[in-house]
Amino acid sequence: MESKNIINGRVWKYGDNVNTDVIFPGKYTYTVSDPADMPRYALEDLDPHFADGVQPNDIIVAGTNWGCGSSREQAVICLKHGGLGAIVAKSFARIYYRNCLNAALPALICPDAVDAIGNGETIEIDLEAGEIHCDAGTFTFQPLPAAIMKIFEAGGLIPYTRKRLA
Amino acid sequence: MGFTFAEKILAKKAGLKRVIPGEIVQITPDVALSHDNTAPIIGIFRKMGGVKVFDTEMHAIFLDHAAPAPTTKHAENHRVIRDFVRKQGIPYFFDVGRGICHQVLVEEGLALPGEVVLGSDSHTPHAGVMGAFGAGIGRSEMASIWALGDLWLRVPQSVKIVVQGALPTWVTAKDLALHIIGDLGADGALYMSVEWHGEAIEALDLSQRAVLTNMTAEMGAKNSYIPPDQKVFAYLDKRARRVFKPVYPDPNADYTQVVEYDASIIEPMIACPHTVDNVRPLSEITGTHIDQAFIGTCTNGRLEDLAAAAHVISGKQVADGTRMIVIPASSQVYKEALRKGYIETFLNSGAVIESPGCGPCMGNHMGVPAIGEVTISSANRNFRGRMGTKESEIYLANPLVVAASAVTGVITHPKDLA
Repeated sequence: MESKNIINGRVWKYGDNVNTDVIFPGKYTYTVSDPADMPRYALEDLDPHFADGVQPNDIIVAGTNWGCGSSREQAVICLKHGGLGAIVAKSFARIYYRNCLNAALPALICPDAVDAIGNGETIEIDLEAGEIHCDAGTFTFQPLPAAIMKIFEAGGLIPYTRKRLA
Repeated sequence: MGFTFAEKILAKKAGLKRVIPGEIVQITPDVALSHDNTAPIIGIFRKMGGVKVFDTEMHAIFLDHAAPAPTTKHAENHRVIRDFVRKQGIPYFFDVGRGICHQVLVEEGLALPGEVVLGSDSHTPHAGVMGAFGAGIGRSEMASIWALGDLWLRVPQSVKIVVQGALPTWVTAKDLALHIIGDLGADGALYMSVEWHGEAIEALDLSQRAVLTNMTAEMGAKNSYIPPDQKVFAYLDKRARRVFKPVYPDPNADYTQVVEYDASIIEPMIACPHTVDNVRPLSEITGTHIDQAFIGTCTNGRLEDLAAAAHVISGKQVADGTRMIVIPASSQVYKEALRKGYIETFLNSGAVIESPGCGPCMGNHMGVPAIGEVTISSANRNFRGRMGTKESEIYLANPLVVAASAVTGVITHPKDLA
């Protein structure tokens, strides 16, 4: 059986400073509250093909400051519930980065890989080894710390807290 | 090699000898700040299986974002929070009218040197004005802190901003903040701990220093810190709710970047629509039409801000067709402003005074713009749609410029008022 620490998927590539308003538009933040309904609005104002085209374990590869702007957690949840496997970026907005890890969506910082990977390419991420395998070769990133892996293994911060409280 | 403020305080709180940037630590904050968003956090807390909060004294809860409630829905929200506070026995609860969370946390002696404040609000770095480590977190994270008392933090890298010289007349900490944000960009301090050093910072009073720590959020920073000095200790005398121990960076700490500025060459600056880093000198923007002038918010709604604005507008009238809205940041600021006659000055000039809170800053109530209107504001954000409608523009400025612009109906340098 394939380890869940290996993510193999197709790349959706985007640029710098993609903000949470185009990832999950503010007008839906109070009207769409069920996480199951959120994926259909994902990236609506950035890439109209994404919501219908995204497959389980697909990977977003982006430039700097991905997820800047509001702290809304829906901008992570809409991607997570749509099946996205990971986001690889040159850098993340701070609260977005935290929201990803707390939702058990791998957010990986690897600027060299971002430059090398093309849109539509299929890549493989090894979370434990801290490696990205793509057409251009292998790139390394700082693996997620053990404390964060525990949150991942529980399925996110909410189930993790529930488990610790019990 | 020594350590930065962030490295030292996070090591101390995590019970470790030393930490390095990138490391993840588990810490218990001294303060868990939340505001009107306490209601949704209660929902997540319940979902996590939470019954009783970990430590009632850790909480500081404020009703400020839409307070007094503008709609029944907001009022219900407030009621849920009051019920929770009463049932849990949370002592530090500040109801409608007391003021804006970041300002009141300082006034109440709850933001203390060497302590950690985590808040479900992006301007929590404000607490660094007292030498605290203040950082914004998400709602689920806040609920987890309520339940377990701790949270993971990534040790940030640090940027040292050194400001020498003295600010010229008409130029305030707001202009310094805008100048630096324009220079470094909205992601100029992404995930960083920002430290403010230099003679220009030491010379500022606490009210002005708070503008800097507050606005650092607009550079993407995790926290913002000014080394606490005698001004801080004098302010906290008989005010601090706990015994505190300041934390200072080592002189030989390792910074990712050190940037230096000369305060004496800074001029009044304006953040133009629709981003805070779209900064231009006031001299290039003067004459731009405005419909509304707003003085208030956690950035520039303190007594010194109202004093400066009152000085500019005293004996003059708000222009025909222009509205001026003044909202003291807290009830304490309001009382002092009344006593010193500033409120009367504003009323005589035709301004509207509203009760302490965030007001129209994020478009909730108390003076949101109409479609197509232009606001000049002393706040910290001018994103498209921030004040309620996407079809409006927001210029950010210091309170003197806001007051001068109210008098003429166009963006105006206060020195040009006859």
